[in-house]
Amino acid sequence: MLLGPALGLSAILFSLGVAGVLLRRNAIVLFMCIELMLNAVNLSFVALAQLHGASGYVMVFFVMTVAAAEAAVGLAIIIGIFRHKQSVDLGNINLLRG
Amino acid sequence: MTEVVFYVFAAVAVISAALCILQKNPVSAALWLVSTMFSLAAIYVLLNAQFIAAIQVLVYAGAIMVLFLFVIMLLNLGHTESDIRGPSTVAATLVIVGLLGLELFALLRYSPRQLASEFSRWPPYAEPATVFVAGQITQQESAARGVVGAVAAPLFQTYLVPFEITSILLLVAIIGAVVLAKRNV
Repeated sequence: MLLGPALGLSAILFSLGVAGVLLRRNAIVLFMCIELMLNAVNLSFVALAQLHGASGYVMVFFVMTVAAAEAAVGLAIIIGIFRHKQSVDLGNINLLRG
Repeated sequence: MTEVVFYVFAAVAVISAALCILQKNPVSAALWLVSTMFSLAAIYVLLNAQFIAAIQVLVYAGAIMVLFLFVIMLLNLGHTESDIRGPSTVAATLVIVGLLGLELFALLRYSPRQLASEFSRWPPYAEPATVFVAGQITQQESAARGVVGAVAAPLFQTYLVPFEITSILLLVAIIGAVVLAKRNV
């Protein structure tokens, strides 16, 4: 049963997702890095579901649903921002900066 | 044999994820992320979650990433200059991510027996099969009723109310996306 290696892979993927969120300024790439983090958490759910039963699979379902909803709304917001600023660079979005 | 296949797909997943966060072109970043998701689907099969693997390919690689690619091409973002932040942010990121990665990577030492001995009240006699009864039941269920049946039973019995609330969440997301992306807001 591949429990430890799967959790380790999940840790690496989650850290890469965090690195992407901190490094990139492109809003769409940032969203993709959030998807990467959600995928890493899904992997650890699936790995632990081998021991803790099918509830883990159900959680993966809910995480996927929330990811789909978040991607739809987030990309709609990005399209709205692009209409105003002609850019998706987060450095240009500083309306609330004091 | 299973372990070799697992490590091959794990290497593909990690390399694709690293390339995804380092590509300056959003389209190639999206395609590397699709590659990560496909190798994760293969790993789900190795972890006895065939149904989740199918859902992963259909929903993530098939629907969500296509949505991303549509938006990238709709906004015509294919040819941008590098958007990686400055050197001080890169250094801070390396420190933060290194610490986080080390903390999480400690999970690598967990085996089923180790986890069982931490869960059980009598650690020396902890057997994964006796400590984690739910996992055994799920394995028997998927042998008896198929992989989909073993997932569907808790989804539509124990978790029925959260499942219905999920449909409201999706409805809200659809309406929100239409309203936000509409012209003349």
